[in-house]
Amino acid sequence: MSLKIIRRSFTLGIATLALAAVISATPPAFADATLLNVSYDPTREFYKEFNQVFAADWKAKTGETVTINQSHGGSGKQARAVIDGLDADVVTLALAGDIDAIVKNSKKIPADWAKRLPHNSSPYTSTIVFLVRKGNPKAIKDWGDLVKDGVAVITPNPKTSGGARWNYLAGWAWAKKAAGGDEAKAKEYVANLFRNVPVLDTGARGSTTTFAQREIGDVLLAWENEAFLALNEFDADKFDIVVPSLSIKAEPPVTLVDENAKAKGNTKVAEAYLQFLYSPEGQKLAAKHFFRPSDPASADPADLARFPKLDLVNIDDEFGGWSKAQATHFADGGIFDQIYKPSN
Amino acid sequence: MALLLPRLREPSVIPGFGLALGFTVAALSLIVLIPLSALVLRAASIGPIGFWAIASDPRTLAALRLSFGAAFIAAAINTVFGLLLSWVLVRYRFPGRRFIDAAVDLPFALPTAVAGIAMAAVYAPNGWIGSIADKLGFKIAFTPVGVVLALVFIGLPFVVRTVQPVLEEVEREIEEVSALLGASRLRTVFKVVLPQIYPALLTGATLAFARGIGEYGSVIFIAGNIPMVSEIAPLLIVIKLEEFDYQGATVIALLMLVISFALLMVINLFQAWSRRRLGDV
Amino acid sequence: MSDIEISEVFRKRDVASEGRVARIALISLAAIFLLGFLFLPLIVVIVEGFRHGPAEFLEALADPDAVAAIKLTLLVAAIAVPFNAVVGVAAAWAIAKFNFRGKNLLLTLIDLPFSVSPVISGLVYVLLFGAQSWLGPWLKANHLEIIFAVPGIILATIFVTFPFVARELIPLMQSQGTSEEEASLTLGASGWYTFFNVTLPNIKWALLYGVLLCNARAMGEFGAVSVVSGHIRGLTNTMPLHIEILYNEFNFAAAFAVATLLAGLALLTLILKSALEWHYADSLAAAQQH
Repeated sequence: MSLKIIRRSFTLGIATLALAAVISATPPAFADATLLNVSYDPTREFYKEFNQVFAADWKAKTGETVTINQSHGGSGKQARAVIDGLDADVVTLALAGDIDAIVKNSKKIPADWAKRLPHNSSPYTSTIVFLVRKGNPKAIKDWGDLVKDGVAVITPNPKTSGGARWNYLAGWAWAKKAAGGDEAKAKEYVANLFRNVPVLDTGARGSTTTFAQREIGDVLLAWENEAFLALNEFDADKFDIVVPSLSIKAEPPVTLVDENAKAKGNTKVAEAYLQFLYSPEGQKLAAKHFFRPSDPASADPADLARFPKLDLVNIDDEFGGWSKAQATHFADGGIFDQIYKPSN
Repeated sequence: MALLLPRLREPSVIPGFGLALGFTVAALSLIVLIPLSALVLRAASIGPIGFWAIASDPRTLAALRLSFGAAFIAAAINTVFGLLLSWVLVRYRFPGRRFIDAAVDLPFALPTAVAGIAMAAVYAPNGWIGSIADKLGFKIAFTPVGVVLALVFIGLPFVVRTVQPVLEEVEREIEEVSALLGASRLRTVFKVVLPQIYPALLTGATLAFARGIGEYGSVIFIAGNIPMVSEIAPLLIVIKLEEFDYQGATVIALLMLVISFALLMVINLFQAWSRRRLGDV
Repeated sequence: MSDIEISEVFRKRDVASEGRVARIALISLAAIFLLGFLFLPLIVVIVEGFRHGPAEFLEALADPDAVAAIKLTLLVAAIAVPFNAVVGVAAAWAIAKFNFRGKNLLLTLIDLPFSVSPVISGLVYVLLFGAQSWLGPWLKANHLEIIFAVPGIILATIFVTFPFVARELIPLMQSQGTSEEEASLTLGASGWYTFFNVTLPNIKWALLYGVLLCNARAMGEFGAVSVVSGHIRGLTNTMPLHIEILYNEFNFAAAFAVATLLAGLALLTLILKSALEWHYADSLAAAQQH
């Protein structure tokens, strides 16, 4: 009895294999456009809503149905997936350096991509703020307080997380300014800062979970939008946002992956998708999801009022652009690696 | 090929050697060997000097030391408790025995990421056990201790499932003889029973060890991932990949692969040797 | 049943066993270790999954992305498991029934995926089929998607679960030897007839056991699949990846709900396995009495 079953499942197994080979060999055919937006971690909620609004707008304008698939993950990991062949039509990543890596390693995007859209191709910006426990028991006011004894700082790993690179650079910029431009002091500061980090998660979301859910650490260095989101998603009475005296203007860029979009015949709709980010609707949604819109005029004033005013440095003036910052600080053997060397 | 095969094996009336071996080798090549050789080629393209520079980097060494050290400690813990569990399951009859027997396979069946998240929830300072440990003044999650705990969880069934069938085969008469000759129970167990299951125990421990070296999904949730302290080798591979440093990643991967292969080869030769020595069991 | 009772009575007076106190101590120690170690994580998953009640639990599972992930996981298992079952039987046949040079090497190579880090298992396919590989441009030109699509996930899963069936069968078939097959062949039966009517009945329970373990691992694999998946919602997310996504969206209840389902599938596997073992033990005992 059971023998017959086994024999039958044996044959079935071989048949399934053959079938699978056939299925996987035939390319899927889609009647309508399907876009793939490969993005980084903290944009999940924003693009979920934005994609619906765009699809409705596109349908109204052209009568075509467009489906947008989303992939989220650490910015560097996502860039690598695109380099290795993930079929993204557009990438919306955490920092320009990751898109530069796609340019350099796969040639799927032209080198001058940043000039194709306004504001360095960043439709929204953000910054780095501190999230502390309610009432701020460790009295953390500014970057200088993070290196004190007994303060546990939570940040993701700059090697794997785009947000963590902004965290690191913001701290560096503050320390350099505080020391009157002394880079050695800045290096000493970031070394001390990371000495106070008990858990280095691989992505921004992992760190937020460690801080909020596992209740580890006194302060979380986070994207501004991520900090607001944590207040919303978790108990708002458990945390406070602390705005440091100086931070960095984080510009998460977007661009078309020309070759992939062309191969799929998606160039037009993909370009429209990116343009829509700059439209009043797109800007309004960005502000709603705690991203600072590049065109504040179209956002809801109530949303804008939530953003605190603070001194922001930017990557080009302070660090000479992403490729230089990447090579100096985060590349193999760079300053970040040096601060974890036992000799230091 | 067909001409060569008969000379490679001893003559037998059983048919299907060519088909079975051919199919096995073909599947093995397609699924395992060719992809792994892509890894070897990529790592080799860096040249011996570059290879050595990555392999001898203190951070690589620290990660490998943690992965191998934690896997070793976990394997040692699993050897003790695996033996205890096998002993209890084989020798005693008690209510709930079958339930425990079934539960041993849980780590095989539970997805590693789920195990990792769940263990982080148990051992974090605000978790069920973590909070007790925290009051006593020590930390489990986000330290190397957390890594060891995750690897004990992952490796336990390997020891139990290797030792159990061998322990069942051990003949009780010898123990009776030993007891009748006046040996204490403890002496009988250590001098008569255990020597018979050492090969199986060693095999199980090595399998648990080999599995622990490479474990990723469950460990990253509970490790803390601090470079030089709680960063495991598979995580370092992922980090290297994220820097677009494919060669660095493949070099560490190759190092781990070679060590795992050597370990498995040794236990398989050892098993073949003990099978020959003890006769077919 | 009476056999067991008699042997139980016999065992109580057995000189070759431990005293009552030692026995109870050992059993308790084993039970405490298991409870504290294996069960706590599982209990946490289930408690968290049902924290907001069964309605929200079901809602999390009915989400279209969750349904897509469940379907993909089942599809991957439906292909990877039969493939590994066939390979496992072939490998066990070659290794257990014949003596040939390089046998230990072959055995070690079959074991290798056990100890290869899942991260590496995924990485090798990226190196082989990725856009940067030799094959990449050719695959692209022929519109063959492997990496970041379903075939890549299936390949990585087959890799990770490759040894499970073979590893169950080889020791059993080695201990069974070749005499029964030889008898059948001498009596004039064909090779396939011998395999289906002599060998297969002897190994069917071990085969099913191997298939079940293989299936559990195939459905639960995370590391390797994560590297080759591309994480496209509703398309290339398996259940473990979907759990990670939900977890990263602070949707802990839903994450644990899907995890509970996956753990439930794992438990079901274990229950089936134990049922098999009892059946197996009965039929084995019956065979011995004849």
